[in-house]
Amino acid sequence: MPLIKHGRFAADLWTVYADDAPLQPDIPAVVSLARFLAQRAALTASALDLGVRLEPGEHPQALAEALDRLALVQLHFPSFTDGRAYSYARLLRQRYRYRGEVRAVGHVLRDQYLFMARAGFDAFETPPGETAQKWRQAVRAVGPAYQPAADDRRPVWAERRTHPERAPSQ
Amino acid sequence: MYRYDAFDAAFVRQRTEQFRDQVARRLSGELTEEEFKPLRLMNGLYLQLHAYMLRVAIPYGTLDSRQLRKLAHIARTYDKGYGHFTTRQNIQFNWPALVDVPSILEELAEVEMHAIQTSGNCIRNVTADHYAGAVAGEVEDPRIWAEIIRQWSSLHPEFSFLPRKFKIAVTGTTHDRAAVKLHDIGLVLTRDAAGAVGFQVLVGGGQGRTPMVAKTLRDFLPKERLLSYLEAILRTYNLLGRRDNKYKARIKILVHEVGIEEVRRLVEAEWEAIGRETSLDLPEAERARIAAHFAPPDLTPRPAEPPALVEALATHRPFRHWLRSNVKPHRTPGYAVVDVSLKPIGGAPGDMTDAQMEALADLADRHSLGEIRVSHAQNLVLPHVAREDLPALHRGLAAAGLATGNNRLVSDIIACPGLDYCALANARSIPIAQRISERFADLDRQADIGPLEIKISGCINACGHHHVGHIGLLGVDRKGEEAYQITLGGRADENAAIGRIVGPAFDADGAVAAVETIVETYLEERLGPDESFLAAVERLGLAPFKARLYPDKRAA
Repeated sequence: MPLIKHGRFAADLWTVYADDAPLQPDIPAVVSLARFLAQRAALTASALDLGVRLEPGEHPQALAEALDRLALVQLHFPSFTDGRAYSYARLLRQRYRYRGEVRAVGHVLRDQYLFMARAGFDAFETPPGETAQKWRQAVRAVGPAYQPAADDRRPVWAERRTHPERAPSQ
Repeated sequence: MYRYDAFDAAFVRQRTEQFRDQVARRLSGELTEEEFKPLRLMNGLYLQLHAYMLRVAIPYGTLDSRQLRKLAHIARTYDKGYGHFTTRQNIQFNWPALVDVPSILEELAEVEMHAIQTSGNCIRNVTADHYAGAVAGEVEDPRIWAEIIRQWSSLHPEFSFLPRKFKIAVTGTTHDRAAVKLHDIGLVLTRDAAGAVGFQVLVGGGQGRTPMVAKTLRDFLPKERLLSYLEAILRTYNLLGRRDNKYKARIKILVHEVGIEEVRRLVEAEWEAIGRETSLDLPEAERARIAAHFAPPDLTPRPAEPPALVEALATHRPFRHWLRSNVKPHRTPGYAVVDVSLKPIGGAPGDMTDAQMEALADLADRHSLGEIRVSHAQNLVLPHVAREDLPALHRGLAAAGLATGNNRLVSDIIACPGLDYCALANARSIPIAQRISERFADLDRQADIGPLEIKISGCINACGHHHVGHIGLLGVDRKGEEAYQITLGGRADENAAIGRIVGPAFDADGAVAAVETIVETYLEERLGPDESFLAAVERLGLAPFKARLYPDKRAA
């Protein structure tokens, strides 16, 4: 799965561990929420780079107190039609002020990148054959944003007042 | 009405180009039909029984004559010369070729229209009272808020993959013409004790296989807090709505399963948290900018009973019928709101030809400030007509086959496309509507029967709103045969109620005969012409109707 981060291909340094697999020293580790909660004290005390993978139904509130210790939160899309992770991403960014990587994994399709980027995702495990250029095109496909979200786009209603000249030309 | 600025125009153009690319990828085989499906659905493109169907949004049912002419052009150029107005104030084209759809969207964009979010599990086209801005007694024009919601919900990054579709309706008066209690969210503009304007917020209404009347989530929401409150409701639903069964995925099921009190607690908590972390509500200056587009037209009061009208009334019988049923009081003295029937006797409800669209666009320019509305009853409305123009307007409508004087009468039937078009249907809807309409063709008889709303759905998805028909017909599959289950006593207004089933289903002939039997029973049993069909059903219950419909069965 090619990883695109901040609009460029990036090497994926993380390993996702099954709940019963021993963690390797010095290898950044992604664990399930269940494992994280069960082994929280040991994990957070270790020197490992830590990430947690949330499935739909696992509200990021469960991680709220531990986010400072996490370099990565993966939000899993078992199917692109399950949109709960869009809410999780916004909550991570806007409610819990999480600054680490929020990565979309699973059934991640080009036509969802725009929504994901606006909801606060900054890393994407993309389908085979994806290019960074197509990723950028997809995220820029529709410029005006009608609502504030977790990204840095200013909503149309703000642009109208302060920067009317920024309306994309036809 | 609202006009796009450069941002709105760019948004729709870019969305069109994005879809053009998606269609090209489908046509080249890069995308499979399975992969293409969610993309086309986000632009209102369905694959129906025989062809693609394109559903074009008419936000809150407001059109101008230029837009209606464009719809006529699309019907003529890309379809078979007609379009079909739906119960959600949209228009559907039933025969476009896939390769043409990007061009159709481009043509729509030229007149500030689109097909965004007319399908898919997202916030759908927002609907409103079709008489908005034209009748007395409004707290505010609901279209201001419907447009604000339209913009906020367009390509919303968090709420485009909801458990199921999500419908919002807004009304500005206590008499509800927008069926707000049958929507996922219903908004009723209201004032608090201090006179401040806000919304009564209703949640969890809907039809389909589990019909529910919405419950009150909040008695009064200050209007300036609308968008953050909607985000709180939508987030609560996105996180907790069921995704294991599409028939249990609407917010009405969440409200039913966890209870309105718990939904209220969750929404209020989410709303408070949202309020602490961001500012989602629209600034007053932007609200005022949008509201200015809906400023009431500057109309000078005109005579209420001009001589031309009095003469036409005295001499022209069809005009009299039409005036009585299709002409409603306007907020300005001497003006009227005119219902334009898309239910000619024996016609397909909601269908309109390209020539009729152009004729009506001309009449709107001449008599209604160029404005047209679409009602959820699949009719059109000319909202601002001087009463002295009514005879001329009636002649113009009659010449185009649009002057049937049957608004809210027995032949003003709502029907879904049914098995003639739809891949989901069990039974045909349109031919049953046509046969009922023919049986009650006589307008004198219709006027005597009085207000009676018949609604027909070809399957349990209830697109024809049968649950809330005064008489509802539901198409069912009875061992491979089309059959119709009949309900009585449903209503979609401020006293919304779900109709009750009278008994076993009828075949097509039997269903048409049953409707006549029901009407005959009402005429015999009513206390007088002032007791409407609905009032009589509410007083009498189902027993007298059952007795007449199923004479062989002993009354239960």
